[in-house]
Amino acid sequence: MKNNPQLTEDGRLKHLLSLDGLPARILTQILDTAASFVAVGEREVKSVPLLRGKAVFNIFFENSTRTRTTFEIAAKRLSADVVNLNINASSQSKGETLLDTVANLSAMHADMFVVRHAAAGAAHLIARHVAPHISVVNAGDGRCAHPTQGLLDMFTIRHFKGGFHNLRVAIVGDVLHSRVARSQIHALTTLGCPEVRVIAPKTLLPRDVGNLGVHVHHRMEQGLKDVDVVMMLRLQNERMQGARLPSAGEFYKHWGLTTEKLRHARPDAIVMHPGPMNRGVEIDSEVADGPQSVILSQVTFGIAVRMAVMSILAGN
Amino acid sequence: MKIHIKNGRVIDPASGLDAVQDVYIAAGHIQALGRAPADFHANQVIDAAGLIVCPGLVDLSLRLREPGLEYIAGLESEMRAAAVGGVTSLACPPDTDPPLDEPGLVEMLKFRARNMPGPRVYPVGALTRELKGERLTEMAELHEAGCVAFSQADAPLLDTQVLLRALEYATTFDLPVWLRPQDPHLARNGVAHDGVVAARLGLHPIPVPAETVALATILLLVRETGARVHLCRLSSRAGVEMVRQAKKDGLRITCDVNIHHVHLSEMDTADFDSNCHLVPPLRSQRDREAIRQALGEGVIDAICSDHAPVDDDAKELPFQEAEPGATGVELLLPLTLKWATETGLSLSDALGFITRRPAAILGVDAGHIGVGAPADLCVFDPEAAWLVSPSNLASLGKNSPYLGLEMIGQVRYTIIDGHLDFKRGHINA
Repeated sequence: MKNNPQLTEDGRLKHLLSLDGLPARILTQILDTAASFVAVGEREVKSVPLLRGKAVFNIFFENSTRTRTTFEIAAKRLSADVVNLNINASSQSKGETLLDTVANLSAMHADMFVVRHAAAGAAHLIARHVAPHISVVNAGDGRCAHPTQGLLDMFTIRHFKGGFHNLRVAIVGDVLHSRVARSQIHALTTLGCPEVRVIAPKTLLPRDVGNLGVHVHHRMEQGLKDVDVVMMLRLQNERMQGARLPSAGEFYKHWGLTTEKLRHARPDAIVMHPGPMNRGVEIDSEVADGPQSVILSQVTFGIAVRMAVMSILAGN
Repeated sequence: MKIHIKNGRVIDPASGLDAVQDVYIAAGHIQALGRAPADFHANQVIDAAGLIVCPGLVDLSLRLREPGLEYIAGLESEMRAAAVGGVTSLACPPDTDPPLDEPGLVEMLKFRARNMPGPRVYPVGALTRELKGERLTEMAELHEAGCVAFSQADAPLLDTQVLLRALEYATTFDLPVWLRPQDPHLARNGVAHDGVVAARLGLHPIPVPAETVALATILLLVRETGARVHLCRLSSRAGVEMVRQAKKDGLRITCDVNIHHVHLSEMDTADFDSNCHLVPPLRSQRDREAIRQALGEGVIDAICSDHAPVDDDAKELPFQEAEPGATGVELLLPLTLKWATETGLSLSDALGFITRRPAAILGVDAGHIGVGAPADLCVFDPEAAWLVSPSNLASLGKNSPYLGLEMIGQVRYTIIDGHLDFKRGHINA
């Protein structure tokens, strides 16, 4: 990379596109800021005026209810004006190019774009072409990155484990197709986690995944042994049968997280999942709803983390 | 038209000539070297002091985007770009719209090209109708119309039986078949090398076996049929090794690489630069080193530009959605010089990869300097530095991975068929 497209010349966050290439001080700044926002959600009056008068556009080229809603809540709690656009249904089907769409929305005096797109690098492309006052937040681009998810996962780990320096973390499931996994890996290695493992069949791992700084396992018994954190990934329906996997049942048998398999991890290990869960495919209900699960905390923290990102990008 | 090129350093990779000599051109041919023939009165004198005079470049893959794709580029712009790049002969692949699968289309293309300034155009005909990989084209007819070889360009040929038949049929007329080895199933939806960058960015991968599996099929069928096959655009170390072995075994094959694969690697795609989205994909640094070594050893026979002008609308998209290809003909010479400098290869040996060697693959009288040879020459300044920018490129395609970077080496004059076809007006433009 030539210049880091995510940072201003004096090293402040300009866009949040990927956790790949962001220094630890920025990640920590976001997590620390998020900590101060957690309390806001618990108050009677759930908003602060940090983004008053700013226009946040949620531009979703790919469907998502959950991520869009949490971004919307986060922006509203910061008192921003929020506009939601589902582009699938409108311009793209009329043949307008991505950059034309973005130029048109810029002309509507947006201050921040929250973008989800099916192609890797879409957020980078938009960030290269927006007016200088606009910040871009990547809400998921293809298989590349989902940085706010990665950050909220880091927030959750730090909340329950106190830090990263003595942790063993396992990421389980469809790493190949997962932007969440990529963001988690970059964040964990940047924040000093000494051992990150991925556990999956060979058909669901990128060929050179080891070069990302992770230990590769194919069996749960070995991969989960003595870990402090288990991060499950969602298996998309269309991957469950075909040439990568024979069936959801066989996947569950070997890589689905059950109470029995979880016993290989440390007794105080936490279990995470980015949602939405496929119960009985990648995770058993007993684990998802069990005492080690922190899955609902992830959702709560997700709003605080997204508030922190938007607040920092707005210059607060 | 009589031209006298004086004081230039004449380098001819074909004969090994490397000396300061004058060149005398008349009636489309080189009439004399060194001493002026009797009664030679030049219409034009070119002072080439400090410049290098070499055979005009021969490019094995240059897309003119005609017929059918004139909204991107066309004969006029791209033949001009080729001349600006010092190219005097070019082969154009059949991936036009419609593809070059009918004699009439080929004749029209040849006719239009002949009536325009610029390089000699050698069309490569479609191997199958509409490049669909189902029915053979009328290869004999197409050959008569001017096709020098037959290929699928980058279109897949799914049916191995059709490939075998095509090779057998082409061999009946001893016609060469040019194939880019890529298994369409293994490459499906892929846009990037299956390596560390694709793993990091989540780009859809094209594994090396996409090349080697197809290569194995082709090599086995060449053994079976004795077909004259030229392999286009090798990209991997493993692929290069297979070609090395096949040549050792005496197979009648040749191969080329895209100049961009000599210099770039997957690392250059790390910031989603869609100008680095090429076909085949830029692979690892190890693959690039293997390509360089194979060039040095002559396992790879030629370097081409694989010139592919793409308009901004098709490039300013997320990496995987952007149309692949790079504009390259104007960078072929400076990037070849850069490679020679980096590897310590002699200028003459390096120039051979873009002159005499591709001419031999094309099977045309080009790529050499000598008395009686066609007067196709490139005169360049080996020291001139210039910036790659949209305004400095004559091609309508501005899609270069090198935008914003400096090149060393610039063409000053291009002489084609005894005529001064291009003369640089502003030095160091």
